[in-house]
Amino acid sequence: MTFNGWLQIGLVVGLVLITARPLGLYMAAVFEGRRTLLTPVLGPVEHGFYWLSGVKPDKEQGWLGYTLAMLVFSALGFVSLYAILRTQAYLPLNPQGFDNVPPDLAFNTAISFLTNTNWQAYSGETTMSHFTQMAGLAVHNFLSAATGIALAIAVTRAFARASASTLGNFWVDLTRTTLYVLIPLSIVVAILLIVSGVPQTLLASVDATTLDGAKQTIALGPMAGQEAIKQLGTNGGGFFNANSAHPFENPNALSNVLQIWSMLAISAALLVTFGKMVGSVRQGWALLASVGVILIAGIAVVYWQESAGNPILTSLGVDPSVGNMEGKEIRFGQALSAMFAAVTTGLSCGAVNTMHDSLTPLGGLVPLFLIQLGEVLPGGVGSGLYGLIVFAILAVFIAGLMVGRTPEFLGKKIEAREIKLAMLAVLILPLAILGFTSVAAVLPSALTSLANNGPHGLSEILYAYSSATGNNGSAFAGLSANTPWWNTTLGIAMVMGRFGYVVPVMAIAGSIVTKKRAAASAGTFPTDRALFVGLLIGVILIVGGLQFFPALALGPIVEHFLMLSAKTF
Amino acid sequence: MSAKSETKHALALVDPAILSQAAVDAVKKLSPTQLMRNPVIFVTEVVACLATVLFLRDLVGGTGQAWFSGQISAWLWFTVLFATFAESIAEGRGKAQAATLRATRSDTVAKRLTGGTDKRTGKAGYDLVQAIELKLGDVVLVEAGDLIPSDGDIVEGVASVNESAITGESAPVIREAGGDRSAVTGGTTVLSDWIKVRITAQAGETFIDRMIRLVEGAERQKTPNELALSVLLTGLTLIFLIAVVTLYGIADYSGTMVPVVVLVSLLVTLIPTTIGGLLSAIGIAGMDRLIRFNVLATSGRAVEAAGDVDTLLLDKTGTITFGNRMASEFVALPGVEPRRMAEAALLASLADETPEGRSIVALAKGDYRLPEPELAARNATNIPFTAQTRISGIDVDDRQVRKGAVDSVLRFVGLTPDQVPHEFKTAVERISRTGGTPLAVAENGALLGVIHLKDVVKPGIRERFAALRAMGIKTVMITGDNPLTAAAIATEAGVDDFLAEATPEDKLKFIRREQTGGRLVAMCGDGTNDAPALAQADVGVAMQTGTQAAREAGNMVDLDSDPTKLIEIVEIGKQLLMTRGALTTFSIANDVAKYFAILPALFVATYPELTALNVMHLASPQSAILSAVIFNALIIIALIPLALKGVKYRAVGAAALLSRNLVLYGLGGIIAPFIGIKLIDLAVAALHLA
Repeated sequence: MTFNGWLQIGLVVGLVLITARPLGLYMAAVFEGRRTLLTPVLGPVEHGFYWLSGVKPDKEQGWLGYTLAMLVFSALGFVSLYAILRTQAYLPLNPQGFDNVPPDLAFNTAISFLTNTNWQAYSGETTMSHFTQMAGLAVHNFLSAATGIALAIAVTRAFARASASTLGNFWVDLTRTTLYVLIPLSIVVAILLIVSGVPQTLLASVDATTLDGAKQTIALGPMAGQEAIKQLGTNGGGFFNANSAHPFENPNALSNVLQIWSMLAISAALLVTFGKMVGSVRQGWALLASVGVILIAGIAVVYWQESAGNPILTSLGVDPSVGNMEGKEIRFGQALSAMFAAVTTGLSCGAVNTMHDSLTPLGGLVPLFLIQLGEVLPGGVGSGLYGLIVFAILAVFIAGLMVGRTPEFLGKKIEAREIKLAMLAVLILPLAILGFTSVAAVLPSALTSLANNGPHGLSEILYAYSSATGNNGSAFAGLSANTPWWNTTLGIAMVMGRFGYVVPVMAIAGSIVTKKRAAASAGTFPTDRALFVGLLIGVILIVGGLQFFPALALGPIVEHFLMLSAKTF
Repeated sequence: MSAKSETKHALALVDPAILSQAAVDAVKKLSPTQLMRNPVIFVTEVVACLATVLFLRDLVGGTGQAWFSGQISAWLWFTVLFATFAESIAEGRGKAQAATLRATRSDTVAKRLTGGTDKRTGKAGYDLVQAIELKLGDVVLVEAGDLIPSDGDIVEGVASVNESAITGESAPVIREAGGDRSAVTGGTTVLSDWIKVRITAQAGETFIDRMIRLVEGAERQKTPNELALSVLLTGLTLIFLIAVVTLYGIADYSGTMVPVVVLVSLLVTLIPTTIGGLLSAIGIAGMDRLIRFNVLATSGRAVEAAGDVDTLLLDKTGTITFGNRMASEFVALPGVEPRRMAEAALLASLADETPEGRSIVALAKGDYRLPEPELAARNATNIPFTAQTRISGIDVDDRQVRKGAVDSVLRFVGLTPDQVPHEFKTAVERISRTGGTPLAVAENGALLGVIHLKDVVKPGIRERFAALRAMGIKTVMITGDNPLTAAAIATEAGVDDFLAEATPEDKLKFIRREQTGGRLVAMCGDGTNDAPALAQADVGVAMQTGTQAAREAGNMVDLDSDPTKLIEIVEIGKQLLMTRGALTTFSIANDVAKYFAILPALFVATYPELTALNVMHLASPQSAILSAVIFNALIIIALIPLALKGVKYRAVGAAALLSRNLVLYGLGGIIAPFIGIKLIDLAVAALHLA
């Protein structure tokens, strides 16, 4: 680790913190229906959409109506995307002449983009036509992100309102997120990316002659735009298989900083939005502080482990001073590679600029563990916020009793119904992650996809199901996941992780919004101070993480000790 | 807590009789149908059965593991037993009290009035019937020495009643028809005179019956917060069940066949057995603390609500002040000798048996060292207080001495308000302004001065209100006084707010307003006109001496009829919730150390490198697992006293309370098992148990 390295990390963290407040307050204004800078331009467009689709923007929905609207919208999204994937050969804008996508891969991919996972069991540049990339995948990059944010806003309103019954209108929230937040930000980021050298073209490829005189075909495409929303919407599905490690997607240090910032920007700002809408911006910062501490600790461990390098290689005469550079890009260096790895997994983004499979055992443990914590650090756009609310509810419930009052969060009493639903949501993660891992670990047909044996092989399986369930989408690349078993089970895990989680959370919101708000007093547990920050960290780690400890012990942890004793598999 | 109530129901934590009964009950509670109510312990029992089967298999099959699996299954059974034992102890104390109460509910014979007249005696005629046959609305005659057959209202007569069967207080109380002292309780005894009582409770539904059921816990249902906590614990149990079951496949991949008995040990140590085992004991003990404190809560929900209370409505009289005004000074008018004024006040009050009158006598004799006047030889006539004249006094020889309300005395001496001396006016105004009551004193048509009667605030009450404020609880004084007086006393007592000239409707309105603002309100009351407010309040404490209507409207009854207790009731509620939170946090935090004990032991055969995780340097894999299981069982026993006594409550703000408890039970919960498991492991290794 170097001072310079930490300075780079600090720079990006600082950028995120600087933008969190204005962006968060802007989003609060958008969702509260107040006038913003963009209203004169976008207002007519917004209302045009409502007029066209027959949505009455003032008609609000209860939790069930909101959730059903979201589920119907997602189902339609799945069907249309699946149809595009299965018929892309007959559709326009297919200059490379790619074939239709096979059913299991189409199922997996459609679910993947629908759930904001962007797990890619294929190489984009050799499987997907331009039409699929733009009309299918890129569209869902926007819509899945907007869906997540809309849900988070509905949950926020549950705390912002008292003795009410409605949580907002899904179609309005969806439209506003896309129009006022995602599109403007994407345009800005895309332009900045183009400035830093990312291509944006409809050309399929260029042919080049290498220095050796060989002919080479270099794939091209409309990258900058897709790259912007891939990061901003914490989607992570790259144009290229190499994702943000590819020099076109992420050409240099500047674009790298921009990419990390855009992953974090909305999720961090949404916590401020939450605070603003519930009437205490300070509450938002307290939440951000909790997740920030865990995330930065994660970055530190990856950075530390990767800089320390691999003692086995050192003993073979590799210079230990550069650390473990396998799977990393020289142009990003250790610090920002470590940061990218931790952020992309703490965030449910899943874009990678480093091959996680090549990280040192403990360096690889961090991304894995951060996903398993439930993608709340600060999580995918929207999904991170509502996931964090679940943890906050549990934290307040477990420790809040110790102040001698029945627990309440932001004045709303937490009772049996909320706890039941919160546990139901939290239960989904170990059920999908550990359940599928356990079956895959003993299923010969699943094991043939592994590139490695021993503990690292287990890590690859565990990572795949964690990534799918957490709607992350990054992978330990050693796993060849494009088989019917993996495509199907990972698809199911993604559905469980997204809808199995959010439906109970919306039911919590439905119950919370009807409650009256208890007045705060000196006897109320303050949830906007350092004490709560520490408590929330403890609950995320213990309730969210402890159950994965046995599996981790047999994967990355034992691998670490094996590495120290110079054993390989 | 008064010394009286402490000693009365005091039962030592480790009463041998209760302990042996609890041990028997603990075994009875192993019945799965009973344990189903407690999912965490139920899972432990199922798992203990499984471990026992495995032990028998090992024993028969001679695998050489029988010694180990035998010990594991024994300790798993102990874990379940310790949990049921904790609940039995908590219940045992209530049962002992119920037995005492039941003894008072003997087969009473009632004198049911027939409505006719007994020709022989000329008194009202009655039939002798069993108390159990009485119906609602029957009127019975109860005479000196009779046991009151059932709950009712006095319709005629007045009697002194011994209510020690319920309150434990042996001094008799007066009960009379009409007013707020008309309710009598079945099972209490009339000591003198006679009363006619209209029965208001059906057989089996009397106050004592309800009390027995309450202390026995027969009607015990999970309270809302307890229910929510059970759900959380069940959820955690499911999560760890998933983690352990899936470990089977994951370990298989890694080339380890983990014996089922070991997986089972891992499961039981990870699920929150500590809080799961103690949860119901904590709830019962909380109710029990109230009962020993002579307060009966009709539901556990009310006890929890007490912890949440934001606003306390306290009656001024009897709670904040001593309830009777006392003379604090004599103000003589200019030209009047102070001793003369004091002497007149003394004379006027000699026959006045009210507390105010006695306090005037005491002040005159004390501060002014006046002797007891000799009246026997003189021609003295007492003039008693009447509602019409509103003055009282004495005529001695040719002296006419009077004291009374200022306007009445002025009328007596024949002065209009503008003829009153300036000094008199200022004195009266000063006394009124500071919350006192001025009494004018006059003799033979001449105004002498003013007596300052003062509402004396109870000592120490100010500090208690300050403590409540630190806890975030607002105190509101309710009084019938005018706003000026109320404000003065409110300032002196240090309450946050007051409701002056309060009518029952005002109280009800005030409570509703607080509740609309999201605050929980507690109050106490005894009169029938308090009933609506008592029912509206989140915590309504009715006085045992109060009317039947009040007692039914509230959700708690204070047998000592001491309104100050509201403060302690809030503390007991908070303590109950805190104990739950502390043990939950402790239980969950324990898991960290248990992982470090069991995980290396689990996989060290396959990966010797995992020894590095054995940070406690436990002797062997088997000893590590056994030690963790033993610790997990023993910690339940070790924490029973805490569960029964409750976590210590301090009147400080929530933030301070939380940080203290987090360190104690959160951090303590992480560290303690490391030490405990290591010590047990040393013992296990020394005894060659594994």
